[in-house]
Amino acid sequence: MRTDTMADKYQAFNFRTLDRLLNFLSTENISANASKLITSIGIPLAALGVFLMLWSVLAAQVQTSLGVLPGPAKVWEQMMTLVDEHQAEREKEAAFFERQEKRNATKLASNPDAQVKIRPYTGQATFFDQIWTSLLTVATGFIIASLIAIPIGILTGMSQTLYTAFNPIIQLFKPISPLAWLPIVTMVVSAVYVSKDPMFAKSFLTSAITVTLCCLWPTIINTAVGVSSVDKDLINVSRVLRLPWLTRTVKIILPSSIPMMFTGLRLSLGIGWMVLIAAEMLAQNPGLGKFVWDEFQNGSSNSLARIMVAVLVIGFIGFLLDRGMLMLQRRFSWDKSAVLR
Amino acid sequence: MHEQNHLELTSVTIDFPTDKGPFRALDKVNLKIRKSEFISLIGHSGCGKSTVLNIVAGLNRATEGGVILNGKEVVEPGPERAVVFQHHSLLPWLSAYENIELGVKQVFRGKKSKAEMREWIEHNLDLVHMTHARDKRPDEISGGMKQRVGIARALAMQPEVLLMDEPFGALDALTRARLQDSLMEIHAALGNTVIMITHDVDEAVLLSDRIVMMTNGPAATIGEVLHIDLERPRKRLVLADDPQYNHYRSEVLKFLYERQKQPGENDGQAQTEAPDASEPEKTAELRVVSA
Repeated sequence: MRTDTMADKYQAFNFRTLDRLLNFLSTENISANASKLITSIGIPLAALGVFLMLWSVLAAQVQTSLGVLPGPAKVWEQMMTLVDEHQAEREKEAAFFERQEKRNATKLASNPDAQVKIRPYTGQATFFDQIWTSLLTVATGFIIASLIAIPIGILTGMSQTLYTAFNPIIQLFKPISPLAWLPIVTMVVSAVYVSKDPMFAKSFLTSAITVTLCCLWPTIINTAVGVSSVDKDLINVSRVLRLPWLTRTVKIILPSSIPMMFTGLRLSLGIGWMVLIAAEMLAQNPGLGKFVWDEFQNGSSNSLARIMVAVLVIGFIGFLLDRGMLMLQRRFSWDKSAVLR
Repeated sequence: MHEQNHLELTSVTIDFPTDKGPFRALDKVNLKIRKSEFISLIGHSGCGKSTVLNIVAGLNRATEGGVILNGKEVVEPGPERAVVFQHHSLLPWLSAYENIELGVKQVFRGKKSKAEMREWIEHNLDLVHMTHARDKRPDEISGGMKQRVGIARALAMQPEVLLMDEPFGALDALTRARLQDSLMEIHAALGNTVIMITHDVDEAVLLSDRIVMMTNGPAATIGEVLHIDLERPRKRLVLADDPQYNHYRSEVLKFLYERQKQPGENDGQAQTEAPDASEPEKTAELRVVSA
């Protein structure tokens, strides 16, 4: 009997401690989760807060000829204005087409044989139209560059002779600033691209080609490095199997250089986006670069805030483009373990 | 024992060009190997074991002398001399099945139908007990499993000679033992000629018909050849207490640690290292203790 009660007591005690322990653990868990949350979201938020505060305090100290350097609040306000302008423009456009349709309808009603004209809307390009133009331009330039650079990279990676031949040219052209290319590209485009009914505007081509010229090099170099540094054992495997040249290239060399190729493509796209803004400013391609330039020339009291909106949007789009390439890389690369930054 | 020369290395010598003139890695290696024989190459690091294997594989060409397989000189790599590499060398973007398929498609093009090829690949996966990992990629399976797939890939080429460069060197002791047992089974069943490089004295004695012991480089050559007359199939637990087995082991150990000291112990003689000298080899020593 006595031992039984002892055991009971012991058991009860044990359960209580267990309970307490579990409680302790769970609160521990919560606090651990909370601290994880704080580090993953809280710290970046705090840093952003500090940045905004410093911005608004420091910007207020700078007096320019266009007024005080705008702080975050002013920039936000202009952002909203740009959205409103865009919506107003869209409404105007819709109204324009509605009027045109009505006019044409009444014309046709009175005379079924009448020739109706459908005129395009020629309103002002809004900020968001300009973003779209910029994206289209950078995509064109980047795709052309990739189509040229990847084959060249593969060939130079596979052949030491070609590498020796191309390397000095690559090294020479790689560090050239887009601003140096632009006058040459502009002249060549206006000399060569002569058409009565041009499919693309000259400014678009000039900007896209300038982007291409600056996008080529990282892709060429990284692809060549990826192709030339295929694991020697894998090459030996293909030699033992006597794989024909094409099979070896397609089955072994290309897949194993894909991670490096994507590194090159990501670098290229980043450079391309930076180059584009400068190219658009000078070539007057109706994109973000032109927006910045026009606002600068405009010199109203809101100009600086509007330019800052553009700067932030440029940064944000650049970030999204990089993420997009990263997602493509994850999709196409076999090397899932690679650290993707 | 009828002497039929299947694979013959005659006076194989190789010089590697260096900045200080040619470096002689191998000097007059002579070896005659019968069909289905299991040969181990053992020696200290940098003695050119891998170079011998690469020359037989056709990956390197001998400067003088040469290799003859079935009356034909070896001048280039080929699937009849399949290689199992030390670091598995599977294509990381292909599954186990696809890795083997790459070789099978190449070797049996026009000789096997698609269905026959599939059956043959699956048969080889089964041979190394890897059917369950058929669709796994190399980064999803363990080191031992990768090496099994590597062996299956080599076997699937139906090679006459299987060349293995320290195939189990990177594996833990238990996995290594299991794979050695698998290899003995496969060798008994298929009867390929095998040349295997190893640093493991026990492995060499357990698996081989002959152990070829190489002198230290530079200008390395064959020092001694030890015939292992142990009945097959061999069981590692039975052999552990076998006096003959232990005699063979001590023969190899004596060669390695008395007649051929580690390079560096005989002061400064072997400063230039052969191209395959990579890691300092303490493994053989450790294994003696653990055995």
